Amino acid sequence: MRVHILTVGLIAWCCALITTASAFVAEEERLFEVENRTATLNILSTGDLNIFAPLIEAYQARNPGIEVRYVTASSSELMKALFEENAEFDIAMSSAMDLQTKLVNDGFALRHVSAETSTLPDWAKWRDRLFAFTQEPAVLAFSKSSFQGLPTPTNRDELIALLRENPDRFNGKVGTYDIRESGAGYLFATQDSRQSESLWRMAEVMGRLNAQLYCCSSQMIQDVADGRLALAYNVLGSYAAAHLPDNPDLDVLQFNDFTTVMLRTVLIPKTTQDVDLSGQFIDFLVSGSNRQLIEELTGLPAIDPGVLQREAAFRPIRLGPGLLVYLDQLKRRTFIRAWLNAMVQP
Amino acid sequence: MTAVRTRGSLRRRLLLQLLLVAAILSVALYFTVRALAQQAAETTQDNILIASATAISEAVRAERGQILVDVPYSALSMLGSIAEERVFYRITADDLTVTGYDDLPVPSATIDAGNPVFATAIYRGDEVRIAALPRRLTVADETVILTVLVAQTRLGLAAVSLQISIAAAAAGIGFFVLSGALSWFATNNAMRPLNRLAQSVARRGPQDLSPVETSAPTELVPLLQSLNTFMGRLSASLARTEDFIAEAAHHVRTPLATVRTQSEIAMRSVRKPENKQILREVIRAADESSRSAGQLLDHAMVALRSDNLEKERLHVRELAQDVIRSISPTADLKDIRITCSGSDTIGSVEGDPILLQNALRNLLDNAVKYSPEDSIIKVEILQSGSTVRVDVIDEGRGLGDGDRQHLTERFGRGNNVRDIIGSGLGLTIVEEVMRAHGGTLKLSDNPEKRGTCASISLPLA
Repeated sequence: MRVHILTVGLIAWCCALITTASAFVAEEERLFEVENRTATLNILSTGDLNIFAPLIEAYQARNPGIEVRYVTASSSELMKALFEENAEFDIAMSSAMDLQTKLVNDGFALRHVSAETSTLPDWAKWRDRLFAFTQEPAVLAFSKSSFQGLPTPTNRDELIALLRENPDRFNGKVGTYDIRESGAGYLFATQDSRQSESLWRMAEVMGRLNAQLYCCSSQMIQDVADGRLALAYNVLGSYAAAHLPDNPDLDVLQFNDFTTVMLRTVLIPKTTQDVDLSGQFIDFLVSGSNRQLIEELTGLPAIDPGVLQREAAFRPIRLGPGLLVYLDQLKRRTFIRAWLNAMVQP
Repeated sequence: MTAVRTRGSLRRRLLLQLLLVAAILSVALYFTVRALAQQAAETTQDNILIASATAISEAVRAERGQILVDVPYSALSMLGSIAEERVFYRITADDLTVTGYDDLPVPSATIDAGNPVFATAIYRGDEVRIAALPRRLTVADETVILTVLVAQTRLGLAAVSLQISIAAAAAGIGFFVLSGALSWFATNNAMRPLNRLAQSVARRGPQDLSPVETSAPTELVPLLQSLNTFMGRLSASLARTEDFIAEAAHHVRTPLATVRTQSEIAMRSVRKPENKQILREVIRAADESSRSAGQLLDHAMVALRSDNLEKERLHVRELAQDVIRSISPTADLKDIRITCSGSDTIGSVEGDPILLQNALRNLLDNAVKYSPEDSIIKVEILQSGSTVRVDVIDEGRGLGDGDRQHLTERFGRGNNVRDIIGSGLGLTIVEEVMRAHGGTLKLSDNPEKRGTCASISLPLA
C-alpha cells in the first residue's frame, strides 16, 4: 500500500538534501604527512576518521611519498561541496549511494577503468565512475535479555507478529532511524518499501509501540547494548559488530526474507587535480587482493563477488538511475509523510 | 597468317562487370544494414523512454489544487537496465517545472496532448535522447498541459552503432568476396564452351577442313554454323582447284605424247641434219612439258593425299632402291651412276609409300637433270638420333647464290638453271610430303666438290 498525501505544487528541483547556501561544513580533517612528499591526495569522506586512518596508513605504506588529506563531512555536506561548490577533492567516499549516483549521473565524476576495477562484480560499479568497496548489510540489533522466553524472529513477518503479541514488553523499547535526518535510514526505508509491503506494517506496529527515532547508528546500538532498547531495526551490521565484544547482551541478526545491503562507494570528482593518483587510490580500494586487508583494518566487510550465490537473501542496493527516484523532492516528501503517518501516531 | 588484333577480353569484361555489380550491392548492403540496425537501436531507446515517461505520467495526479507526483522506482530503474546511461527527467505543467531537472530542454516540436515527441540534444556535456509525453490535467478547474520529459544519454547507442557499422562492413566485405569468387566461377563456366570451341578449332591440322562437330550453346551455334559453311566452301573450292589441275595436266600430256610419237616417226624419215636437230628439240620440249604436267599431277595428288595419309611401316632403303631402279634408264642416257649406301640396321619409318616414293623420285630427278654427263649421284641413308636421313648428293652446278628458301616455293627455281626446262614444282612436292610426315627437307652444297646435297629427314616409327 502506497500512501500519497500531498506535495507542493511547483518547486524548482535542486538537490534533495541541500538547503543552505553557505560553504559546506567539514567535521574532521587530518593530514597524513609523509617524508619526501611527491603528491597530495585529498579525500572527502563520510567515513569516520578512526575507522579509515589505518587504511590510509596502509595505502601510504604501499605508495610512499603520497600525503593524504582526509576530510570528513556528512553525506549532505559532501554533496553540497561537490555539487554546488566545486570543492577540489581527488576522491569522494560516501555511504550515501543515492547522492553518489546523482553525482555520477549529473556529470560530476570522472571515468576510471583498470584491471582492478574489472574485478568488481557488475552490481558493485556503475558507468565506470562509481565503485563500491564495502558491502554493509542492514541488520536487527537486539538485546538477548529482552527476547528471553520468546523465539528469535528470522524474518520481518515473525518480528511484526512478535511485536504485536507483546506490546507491553516492547512498548517504548523499539528504535530505528529517523529517516528525516538520516540519509542511511531513508535509503534503507525506501529500499525496504521496494522489496516488500511489510515496511508499512512494520512502521505501523513500531508507531503503536512508540518507537524511538535516532539520527545515527552508534547511539541506537549503544542503547540496545545498555538495555534501554530491546531492538534496533535497520542498523548497519558493521557498526553493530564493533560493539559485540564489549556487550554480551547485544546480538545482531540478518533477516532471511531479505537483507538490504548498502555499498560504500568512491568516485573521482571532476575537480580532481591528479586523476591518475585518484585512480591509483580507487584501485587500492577495489583490488581483489586488498579485500582481506580492508576488512582487517576497518572492520567493514569488503566486496565479495560471490556473495549473491551464497546469501540468497542479500539484496545489494542497485546502483543506477533508480536511486534518483528517491532523491526527487516530491517523492521524498510523499514518502516521508507516509512513513511519519505510520510511525508517529497520535 | 595475318595477326588478329586483340581488343579487350570477354572474360575480363564479364568478370569486371559482375564485380562492379557485387561492389555496388555490397555498399548498398552496408548502408542498409547500418541504417536498419541503427534505426532499430534508436527505436528501442525511444520505446523505453516513452515507457518510462508513461509510467511517470500515470503517477501524476491533481488533488485539492495541487499536482502530486510519485515517480515510480521502475520508471527510472528500467532506463538503467539496458545500458549504463545517464538519465534525466522533468515534469512541467504548462511552462512551470513541477519536479526534475529544470533546465532539461523541451523538444521544440509542437506539444500536443497524447502524442509523444522525441528530440536529440546536447545536455550536460553529452548527447541525449529526449522523450516528451504531454497530457491534459485538470488542476483546480483549470486544464494544464502536463509534460513528462525523460532523457537518456546515447553513449551506449554510439558504441552499439560503431559495432553495427563494423559488423555491417564485415558483412559487406564478406558479401563482396563471396560474390567475387562466385563471379569468377560463373565467368569461367560461361567461357568454357567458347574455350572448348576455340581449342577444338585450334587443334585441327592445317589441311583439316572437315566440319566442326562439337556441341555448342545456343549463342555459339550461328558462329559454328558460319564456320562450318565457310570451311565447306573452302574445302570444295580446294578440291575443285586440284581437280582442275589434274584434269588440265592430263589434257596437256595426251597431245604431248602424240607430238612426241609423231616427231620420232618424222625423225626417221628426214635426212638433213638440221631438220633432225629441230625434231630433237621438239621431242625434248615435249618431254619436259610432259614431265612438268606430271609434276603438276603429282602435286595435286600430294595435296589431296596428305589430308588422309595412308600410313604403313616402310624401310627407307628398300624404298630408295625402288626409286633408283625406276630412274636408272634416264640416268644411263647421260652415263650417270647412282650409288646407294646405308646399313641394314636402319629403322623403319611410318608413312604413305606413294608420297615418299614421289618425294624421293623428285629429288633424284632433279639430281639427274642438273648433273653433268658421266658423273656419280650418291644416295646415303643414315640414322641420326630419332630420325632417318636420306642425302641425295650430286656433282651438278649446285644451288647458286640466290635465296634458298625460295627454291621450295611453288614454281620457284634457282637463278642458275634458266637454261634448263623445269616446272619449279619438284622441291615443293618434297617439302609438302615432308610436312605431312613430320619430316624436313634441307638443301646444302655438296660437302666434297661442286654439286648439291638434298637431305630429307623422317622421324623413326
